[in-house]
Amino acid sequence: MYEDKADTAPTVQQLTFSLAGEEYGVEILSVREIRGWSRVTRIPQAPDYLLGVLNLRGAVVPVMDLRLRFGLERESYGDSTVMIVVAVAERLFGIVVDAVSDVVDVDPASIRPVPDMGAIVDTRYLKGLATHAERMVMLLDVEKLMRPEDVETLNTVLPGVRDVEVAA
Amino acid sequence: MGAVDLSQFHKTFFEESLEGLDAMEAALLALDSGSTDHELVHTIFRAAHSIKGGAATFGFADVAAFTHVAESLLEEVRSERRAVDTGLTDLLLRSVDCLRAMLDRTAKHQPAADATSEALRAELTELVEGKIAAAPAAAKATAAPVAGWDIRFVAMPHLLQTGNEPLRLFRELQQLGTLEVVRAFVSDAAPADFAALDPSQCYMGWELRLHGAVARGDLDAVFEWLDGDCELAIEPLAASPAEQAAPAAAPVSSAPSAVVPAAAPAREAAAAGGGGGEGGSIRVGIDKVDALIDMMGELVITQSMLNNIGENFDLSQLERLREGLAQLERNTRELQESVMRIRMLPIGSVFNRFPRLVRDLERKLGKQVRLELQGEQTELDKTVLEKIGDPLVHLVRNAIDHGLEMPAQRRAAGKPEAGTLTLDAHHEGGNIVVRISDDGAGLNHERILAKGIERGLVKPGHQLSDDEVAELIFQPGFSTAAQATDLSGRGVGMDVVRRNVRDLGGSVSVKSVAGKGSTFTIALPLTLAIIDGLVTEVGEERYIVPLISIVESLRLPADAVRKIAGGGEVFQFRGEYLPVIRLHRAFGCANAIAEVERGIVVVVEDEGQRVGLLVDELVGQQQAVIKSLEKHYERVQGVSGATIVSDGSVALIVDVGGVARLGRRSKAA
Repeated sequence: MYEDKADTAPTVQQLTFSLAGEEYGVEILSVREIRGWSRVTRIPQAPDYLLGVLNLRGAVVPVMDLRLRFGLERESYGDSTVMIVVAVAERLFGIVVDAVSDVVDVDPASIRPVPDMGAIVDTRYLKGLATHAERMVMLLDVEKLMRPEDVETLNTVLPGVRDVEVAA
Repeated sequence: MGAVDLSQFHKTFFEESLEGLDAMEAALLALDSGSTDHELVHTIFRAAHSIKGGAATFGFADVAAFTHVAESLLEEVRSERRAVDTGLTDLLLRSVDCLRAMLDRTAKHQPAADATSEALRAELTELVEGKIAAAPAAAKATAAPVAGWDIRFVAMPHLLQTGNEPLRLFRELQQLGTLEVVRAFVSDAAPADFAALDPSQCYMGWELRLHGAVARGDLDAVFEWLDGDCELAIEPLAASPAEQAAPAAAPVSSAPSAVVPAAAPAREAAAAGGGGGEGGSIRVGIDKVDALIDMMGELVITQSMLNNIGENFDLSQLERLREGLAQLERNTRELQESVMRIRMLPIGSVFNRFPRLVRDLERKLGKQVRLELQGEQTELDKTVLEKIGDPLVHLVRNAIDHGLEMPAQRRAAGKPEAGTLTLDAHHEGGNIVVRISDDGAGLNHERILAKGIERGLVKPGHQLSDDEVAELIFQPGFSTAAQATDLSGRGVGMDVVRRNVRDLGGSVSVKSVAGKGSTFTIALPLTLAIIDGLVTEVGEERYIVPLISIVESLRLPADAVRKIAGGGEVFQFRGEYLPVIRLHRAFGCANAIAEVERGIVVVVEDEGQRVGLLVDELVGQQQAVIKSLEKHYERVQGVSGATIVSDGSVALIVDVGGVARLGRRSKAA
């Protein structure tokens, strides 16, 4: 999916946001909306980074804290806290970030692979590193954010749960 | 059994059958293009089987008879006794077209069968029976299905302008076999007045005969580029002079109604349209949509009235504001109800098909059946409802055909002569459960096991539990029916049932007692069902307990709860000891009331099991529209879904059975 777009479009637009002083990017085509923080309903037995579910115009949408997902310290949520709603294979989920910055064009050719950082940093959720205006932007792999280990843990707890289709 | 007007379901049958034909066509085309996926054959077979079953139910004998022959042919393909080649897929595709036409005529209350369908049916029958007679020669027989073709080709006047040239076509045809021009004639498009004749136009038609074993597909390939540029009718040539009757029928079918445009575009369109798979549409009566629009209109009027008040508001208008708000509330509620009504329908609309089906089966099999319907008012999401019909038909047919015994046998077994078949629908533990139970002979374990061994599903000498044996009947292609009948068919029923139910996110299981009967249980998720719920507070969170599962709510004194070995807690309720599940512990809620005497115990029941749920407080009752958590997240144990409460936030709905299991597991851990 990503490859196809890279082939046809000269640049990929990324929505950049900041998280703990670093800049991240998420492909704009997967962004559905940006909204302020609102209270969510906690889900029992969910991992700690999964804050709960939110009513998004009638759809019950899970929301995760990206800081917690990356093993960072939790920020308190306030008026400046922003939630980016992304869609992966028709599934919606919200990610809570510190602030949304900009929309930038990234040349797919300039994307560099993430170096192996060993155990210090969790790089599983990154697609690659890009440079924009001499700043490094870490490109988020939203498909991997909700999975795979979520599904795995759930399956061990609930053997009966159907496999969920992972985006192709 | 009162007279049920079956005609109300005709429309559904036609729509479903047409969908089935679309699926068949798509799968046939995929097979034709070289795919070897065995699932495709299953898909085609299932579609044909459903159409046959439906047609038989509604008494469309011609359609049922036609599909039965096609199905027999497909069964040979499915069991790999017949190879798939172009000739076969082509024949089946023509059968699909023919069935479409037959359904169309049936819908218009015209006789379904016509010369084309009869000829095609004869062809299918011949293929099936010929195969039985000369099994070793099968490959040859399918490779040379016809001795030749009669082609009627009438050029449209603009044919030459499209770059097509009849002579080139004839040359191509000649390469396929021996071409004989029976007749060349002037087409009807030719102007009567010679002066009006346009020399750049083509006013010719030909009747051609192509001798030789030419596949229809090759023939179509020749005419592929002439879509819309000619009128084309292709009829197979009779193989032997003894069957000279068939060509006699050919002139009839080359009458304008049967003159078909080149087959290729229709196929392409089908292939293009077939990619979508299961569409997400529901069928809504136009009256319901009109009602919605009416309500929408009222809502707009109310809104503008409120706007008007808001523009120059003073306290003297308070009463009008109140009125307006009350009206708004009423409009909203009505609108909500109508929107819901679009999706929710009582299962009775599916159950109502069965009296007729049961009566026909009784007559056909010489059995006596008493049909009992329960819980017809149970509402189901319309999509679920539409898809549950076929599995239910299969189960009912099976119960009567295989389950219930003949009156004499029943008498000998000390049972009343008339067997009882019960269809029951109700809510249970976050699911809608449909049960089909009969008081017949039960599953014949020996026969199922023997068949399982024969089909290679079970190793000989292997010991299986009763449940495992029962599980065998859900395997594809499994049937103990010795004879293929148009009642229960060839054992496709069970695997289709399971597949269809699974597609809906449900499950199907069977319990059987030898001599006492069997019960099939279909559990379906509620998806968009509405439940009445009790809103409870646990800590700072709110959970909704389905009202239907609540037995009683009570406040217990501190000493009423006893610890039992292993750490579980029980309390006495109406003479029995029930486990207590502290909801805050099961769900990990913070700041909840831990002392039993300060909280409230809600006694709930699921599948006959009762447990007490400890919550902080009861908030009130609410109708909850169930939203699936799985759609965007995952299933959560102990939670059957979510709903939106009045402040716009999400509240989770407690799955009583799941919470009970959660409680048991945490105790075991």
